[in-house]
Amino acid sequence: MGFGDYFISALFLQAGYNSALVAIGAGLLGLSAGSAGAFIFLRKRALVSDAISHATLPGVGLAFIIMVAFGSDGRWLPGLILGSAISSAIGLLMVEWITRKTRLTEDAAIGAVLSVFFGFGIVLLTVIQTMSSGRQAGLENFLLGSTAGMLISEATTIAVAGAMAAGFVFLLRRPMTLVAFDPEYAATTGVNVRNIDLAMMGLALIVTVIGLKIVGLILIVALLIIPPVAARFWTNQVGKMIGIAAVIGGLSGYVGAVLSAAHAALPTGPIIVLVAFGFFMISALFSPLRGGLASALRHQRFQRRVHRRQGLLSLARREPIYDGLTIRILRRAGMIRADGVATARGRIAAEKAARDEARWAMARRMLPDDSTIERYDGLTPIERMMTPDQIAEIDRMIQNAQTTQGAKA
Amino acid sequence: MIDNLITALGAEFVQLSLTPIVIGTLAAIACALPGNFLLLRRQALIGDAISHVVLPGIVAAFLVTGTITAVPMMLGAGAAAIIAVVMIEIVKRLGRVEPGAAMGLVFTTLFAAGVLFLEITDTSSVHIDVQHALLGNLESLIWFDAEGWGSLVDPAALATLPPQLPRLAVVLIGIGLFIFLFWKELKISTFDAAFAGAIGIRTRALGFALVVATAVAAVAAFDAVGSIIVIAMFVCPPASARLMTNQLARQVGWSVVFATISAILGYVLAGYGPGWFGSPYAVSAAGMIATVSGVILILTCLFGPQRKRTGQQAEA
Repeated sequence: MGFGDYFISALFLQAGYNSALVAIGAGLLGLSAGSAGAFIFLRKRALVSDAISHATLPGVGLAFIIMVAFGSDGRWLPGLILGSAISSAIGLLMVEWITRKTRLTEDAAIGAVLSVFFGFGIVLLTVIQTMSSGRQAGLENFLLGSTAGMLISEATTIAVAGAMAAGFVFLLRRPMTLVAFDPEYAATTGVNVRNIDLAMMGLALIVTVIGLKIVGLILIVALLIIPPVAARFWTNQVGKMIGIAAVIGGLSGYVGAVLSAAHAALPTGPIIVLVAFGFFMISALFSPLRGGLASALRHQRFQRRVHRRQGLLSLARREPIYDGLTIRILRRAGMIRADGVATARGRIAAEKAARDEARWAMARRMLPDDSTIERYDGLTPIERMMTPDQIAEIDRMIQNAQTTQGAKA
Repeated sequence: MIDNLITALGAEFVQLSLTPIVIGTLAAIACALPGNFLLLRRQALIGDAISHVVLPGIVAAFLVTGTITAVPMMLGAGAAAIIAVVMIEIVKRLGRVEPGAAMGLVFTTLFAAGVLFLEITDTSSVHIDVQHALLGNLESLIWFDAEGWGSLVDPAALATLPPQLPRLAVVLIGIGLFIFLFWKELKISTFDAAFAGAIGIRTRALGFALVVATAVAAVAAFDAVGSIIVIAMFVCPPASARLMTNQLARQVGWSVVFATISAILGYVLAGYGPGWFGSPYAVSAAGMIATVSGVILILTCLFGPQRKRTGQQAEA
């Protein structure tokens, strides 16, 4: 069976019970990571989760050492998860404490906690390497994640915890949205902002510790950050954004786990992260709302309208046109001939543009403080902004101005 | 006890421990110096981001040249750092997201790509792996030909110093010169970018130069000591120093002191500390140096004379 066949069968959960369970677990993990990450992203604290995830390492090491001291082989996943949760909670509280009690800013606190906890964790890992007892192999897998040789019980633990975290996000979505957007207002409505902030970070913590085995602690933060950033391209509504982030996170986890199951030697974390990045690229390029392609098209359309308008005004004033793009646009619209002389259609359109411009100029003089006129972009036909009565009034004023001018002359 | 000390500082010390300690110290100071300005500009995590993207840079350089000699590796890592900074800027503008999220997105993606490249391509013939990228190989930078303190004045022995040592020394001098020459400009643009712009300082170019200096420090230090020390030294010594004084020059001075203490004490604790508990093994020097810098930071957070924000009561 080739890689392609294997991938397809794994994608539809037909490559064995174990890898199906791992894929579902990774999908649920991504789902909860994407939705929890959305709140953290909106609260602008994305990198706090980086400190949390790196701070898990000493906990993993200490839990291993303690479990070995009590005679087990030290690889019991719930024990390691508990240890990592405790140490990353300490890391999170340290970030909070440093930011609150000293003059250091949050980013400095994040960097300090991240590097020091990680460094200390590495010290513990080297201690473990020298220990004679315990099956130490596999602890490095917590750095980059690995689903190879994962036990069914472990996959189940991850799937259940991922589903629970997603449920937790659902329950807390209202206060978290409130705090993410307007903490002051949230406080006045009786929401305890600090607790909600802690709950948000607690969610990141839960996602991190259950993701340790699959994604690894260096890259788990990507699963919290990339899906919300990608989701932000598609919508301006918070509810939809969280949903989209959850879907992108879930798909990244699921597809990534399937891909890596087909390639057992590869670490799972990087693959999941790169799949998530793929979703980001698709969103950044193709989202109709804020995607690069859509804004490029919008920009081009606007540019064409400006050139067309300016070209027509030049025609009306009988000025020669030199700009290449303007000439091309007018030629294609059948407004001018190859030698630059206006066609019948062009003359009509030019007259209309000139009349429109004159009406706008008069409108500005008549109603200098009017907000509609202030917003005039130099392109919108006046008929779309004003009533026929108003336009008739403007025309009368133009007529008057011309007669007075004629009389003076 | 005295005997122990003398043996501890004898020929074996020069051969096995002197160069790692000096290299560790040079790397720590080279990172702490630009770290001071990054800290004050609230860009402390740029160092974090850059040290993550060094890995893909090195892997890419290896894929292109097929060797792991120093120059292409450093060029690759430097290029990756600059690409990362540009990518962060693009994501920030395009997605209109906060800098933290843009940074997290870019450096995790690049790091993931680096790991994957490393696993896919056959790098078994050469010594690069993720472990090395994170931890460096400080302990292995020994000075084979040293026979004692006398070797320090012996040109033949000096020629066999690990190449990381002179490289880091050059980088450190370069960064020191940059900060010394542009001291006034860096200071003004760090504290009041608008004023700096008004008096004709090109703040954006200066900011970019600072990032480049950071990248150079990260890449040079990374090769010798791994990314943990790099990240820790960008943040911890400057942060501790910030809690000691209100003056920039003194802050930079303190950060150098703290970086030096972390490097020396960390190495000694890692190499000799386990022996005090009867263990024949050493623990990771890189991890221990980061740990010591963290302990220093905690101490300054608790007792630093300028630990409070201005206007806060000392015991608030």
